[in-house]
Amino acid sequence: MTSTIERNLPHPHFTDAEAGAKEFPDAHARTFNYFVPAKRRPTHYEDVTVEVQPDPRHYLSQGWLYGFSDGRGGYPLEWTALKAWGSDRPVPERYPGSGGRGYDWPALGWHEFRDPNEEWELTLYRYNSNVVRQINANIDTARESKAFEQWNRNWVHFVERHVGAWMHVEQGLGLYLFANANRRAPTNMHNNAISVNSMHRIRFAQDLALYNLSLTDEIEAFDGTAHIATWNSDPAWQGVRMVAEQLTGIDDWCEAIFAANVVFEPLIGELFRSHLVQQAAPGNGDFVTPTVVGAGEYDYASRDLRYTRAMFELLVRDREFSDHNKTLLNQWTATWTGRCLAAARTLQPLWSQPDWKPPRFEDGLDLCKNRFSALLADLELTTPKELKQ
Amino acid sequence: MSRQSVAKAHEKIQELAWAPLYHEPVSQYGTDYTFSKANKKDPLKQVLRSYFPMQEEKDNRVYGASDGAIRGNMFRQVEERWLEWQKLFLSIIPLPEISAARAMPLLFRTVPNAELHNGQAIQMIDEVRHSTIQQNLKRLYMQNYIDPAGFNSSLRNFQNDYCGTIGRQFAEGFITGDAITAASIYLTIVAETAFTNTLFVAMPAEAAANGDYLLPTVFHSVQSDESRHISNGYATLLMALADEGNHQLLERDLRYAWWNNHRVVDAAIGTFIEYGTKDRRKERESYAEMWRRWIYDDYYRSYLVPLEKYGLVIPHDLIEEAWNQIWNKGYVHEVAQFFCTGWLANYWRMDGMTDKDFEWFEYKYPGWYDKYGAWWENYNRLSMPNGHNPIVFEDVNYQYPQRCWTCMVPCLVREDMVMAEVDGHWRTYCHEACRWTDVEAFRPTFQGRETPNMGQLIGKREWETLYHGWNWADVISDMGFVRDDGKTMTAQPHLDLDPKKMWTLDHLRRCPPLQSPNVLLNEMSDDERQAFHAAYVRGGPAGRYAPASA
Ligand SMILES: [Fe+2]
Ligand SMILES: [Fe+2]
Ligand SMILES: [Zn+2]
Repeated sequence: MTSTIERNLPHPHFTDAEAGAKEFPDAHARTFNYFVPAKRRPTHYEDVTVEVQPDPRHYLSQGWLYGFSDGRGGYPLEWTALKAWGSDRPVPERYPGSGGRGYDWPALGWHEFRDPNEEWELTLYRYNSNVVRQINANIDTARESKAFEQWNRNWVHFVERHVGAWMHVEQGLGLYLFANANRRAPTNMHNNAISVNSMHRIRFAQDLALYNLSLTDEIEAFDGTAHIATWNSDPAWQGVRMVAEQLTGIDDWCEAIFAANVVFEPLIGELFRSHLVQQAAPGNGDFVTPTVVGAGEYDYASRDLRYTRAMFELLVRDREFSDHNKTLLNQWTATWTGRCLAAARTLQPLWSQPDWKPPRFEDGLDLCKNRFSALLADLELTTPKELKQ
Repeated sequence: MSRQSVAKAHEKIQELAWAPLYHEPVSQYGTDYTFSKANKKDPLKQVLRSYFPMQEEKDNRVYGASDGAIRGNMFRQVEERWLEWQKLFLSIIPLPEISAARAMPLLFRTVPNAELHNGQAIQMIDEVRHSTIQQNLKRLYMQNYIDPAGFNSSLRNFQNDYCGTIGRQFAEGFITGDAITAASIYLTIVAETAFTNTLFVAMPAEAAANGDYLLPTVFHSVQSDESRHISNGYATLLMALADEGNHQLLERDLRYAWWNNHRVVDAAIGTFIEYGTKDRRKERESYAEMWRRWIYDDYYRSYLVPLEKYGLVIPHDLIEEAWNQIWNKGYVHEVAQFFCTGWLANYWRMDGMTDKDFEWFEYKYPGWYDKYGAWWENYNRLSMPNGHNPIVFEDVNYQYPQRCWTCMVPCLVREDMVMAEVDGHWRTYCHEACRWTDVEAFRPTFQGRETPNMGQLIGKREWETLYHGWNWADVISDMGFVRDDGKTMTAQPHLDLDPKKMWTLDHLRRCPPLQSPNVLLNEMSDDERQAFHAAYVRGGPAGRYAPASA
């Protein structure tokens, strides 16, 4: 005989609270009505992103409630010197009987930015999971097929030191430039895109560190700590380190994103990854490192640069502040081009270290300069004289 | 990965931390805390190689459940009473979540521990996850639940409404002011460690009891990230405790953060759980019972008290007082009653209480009916437009409350209301602890000590001021709480969707104008104001006016 224990649970019952069950005002109003979508219909991305971070210029009738010690709250527009249309209009004033209306949405050009990658949680976890799965699979396959045994001694040292050193660039910028900047921009669209960029960097840094760990296990002569000494004291790296640190010191969040993704990455990041590591590895018997480094290259070239372009295109074409923004962006371009080119040149000794030599440093740098100039032209900015150095 | 390789991976990624040689990172946030003696504490480490697939797997479960809920016609069993209150909750919560993400950089320069920064960056992206997954849940409700009004205008509503303003503290407090006060004590040590259990565990349980099993799926998934965030906070707190000079600040910040979280979170979640449910089984735990277990026992007794030996001064008095408010002073009941008094200024439909509800309240909170029963009977009587005005204008012995300048919940436990004149303006506070927060804690000096990094309470903190003297129909239009026929209100004091039974702007137009209690208070002479205060604190419970003679 079986006995059932009486369980006390709530009893669901038929409520008919389903869309369409009745007719009444708003019964069919099933889209978010507080923002204007970029295209005719709002995207899923817009629905989960737009307007989560408020702005007292359109809604937010009572204003920000908590401030820093200087009384400024929320996300001050002055945290960048760039401007989007509407920026100079004052925040609507509130007083007894003022009402709560602000300017019509969006009130500010900043709110027109949309991340072309349409990143939100679903996309970002899928993308990054696929990347780490792919990298793991590649390393496992290489291990099983004894692919690392084909590496010559010089190449082993090259990977342990120089590919290893790059992890520090990614980690430093990922944390202290990108994650830091996610507090600074005036809209949720900017700050979410910047957070995703930050995670790409930090993931890539860890990809390189864990790859380094696998190589330590697999290759007897591989020194898993050499990357630290290289980063700390190898003269070939100190220029890059100096400029990377300098980037994290930028106060203006737009300048930080611009200098990192529009100047540093084309002139140094792609130079090192695409024109050195990716070119040299196959000739030195290494088919694995390019897949790890290629994942980071893909993050940048096809996703992070993509949102960065969209963000700055809007600003250089701004209906009110186009000239103002171009002037500043051109200044930033000149400043950071000089610094990044000088740093790129300090990397040059790396080109002669592998047994099988990659294409010449100068050729790689020229290709980087061309790509950089084209990027600037797309953004309606001038190629700085510093590039001719 | 094997356990050994996980351990090795954790160790390996420590090699990523490096200190600058040539240029310091920018320092944008200040703190009055110091970390000169702190030992570096190891937080929980997260290797992204396992983190991303783990989160993706959690997502798959959440989105699988969402599809299942729609295919299985979940909304045929969802209680409208419950889902209406979600219009408020889900309008608030994505902002605190994203603000937690934005708060993380406040700790980069102020807490000198590079190993911690990594955990903070991962918390950042977790919080992006929480914010967007919750927006997505709201979108699904909007598309599939019978009444999309209030969901469809969610974020505009939240930003314009006084309930939104109450909830917004739970976000803005994370991202401004002294970096440690904000991003560590207020956010992590109190909001996450003490209150996420009621938010993300108690609330979902109640949702399930009301036919909604999607909200639990989403919020349990969110809650599963919290232990890492709590661990980040704990590591920072132990570092802060190492410097004696921080103890006074920690004491201040725990008092403020504890009391503000109690005022704000217990007001909202308490109301959802007690007044938003149809589940009146006697076995079901009341909010007070849950609070006692999760907050008093698990947080206070098990987490905070053991920290006393490291020199942490715990606000025992305020913890007992919060319990006293919930158990003896009817805090949650007073708040729910106020929400419903002011239904017309909001953006969801608020169901009245029935005999079955009365019975449950009397069982769980003996004496409830004598205090609140008559008012709820009036609420039902006045719920459909029938020649009378909304309840706030009718004679039901309810004195419209002053609003607390600090927590922005009205001063509902009448006997506790205090006033202060600040910069020539009279402010009211729901409790002495809220007066202290404004007048003493959020100041550039504290107990004689310079606190130049402490934040400020800013903004137009009394909502009613903005609309002083306005006709109510214009107030509601200005805020945008109107349905697509241009006149039916988004909010209703009942659940009947028959258009003939719904309130419209025409009904509001004939009501008396809105009067700001704070503007009126400031227009009084000193004597009048003292007399007003003396009568106010003799009022209540349930908003009753003070008896005519003392
Ligand atoms: Fe969260
Ligand atoms: Fe959290
Ligand atoms: Zn208060």
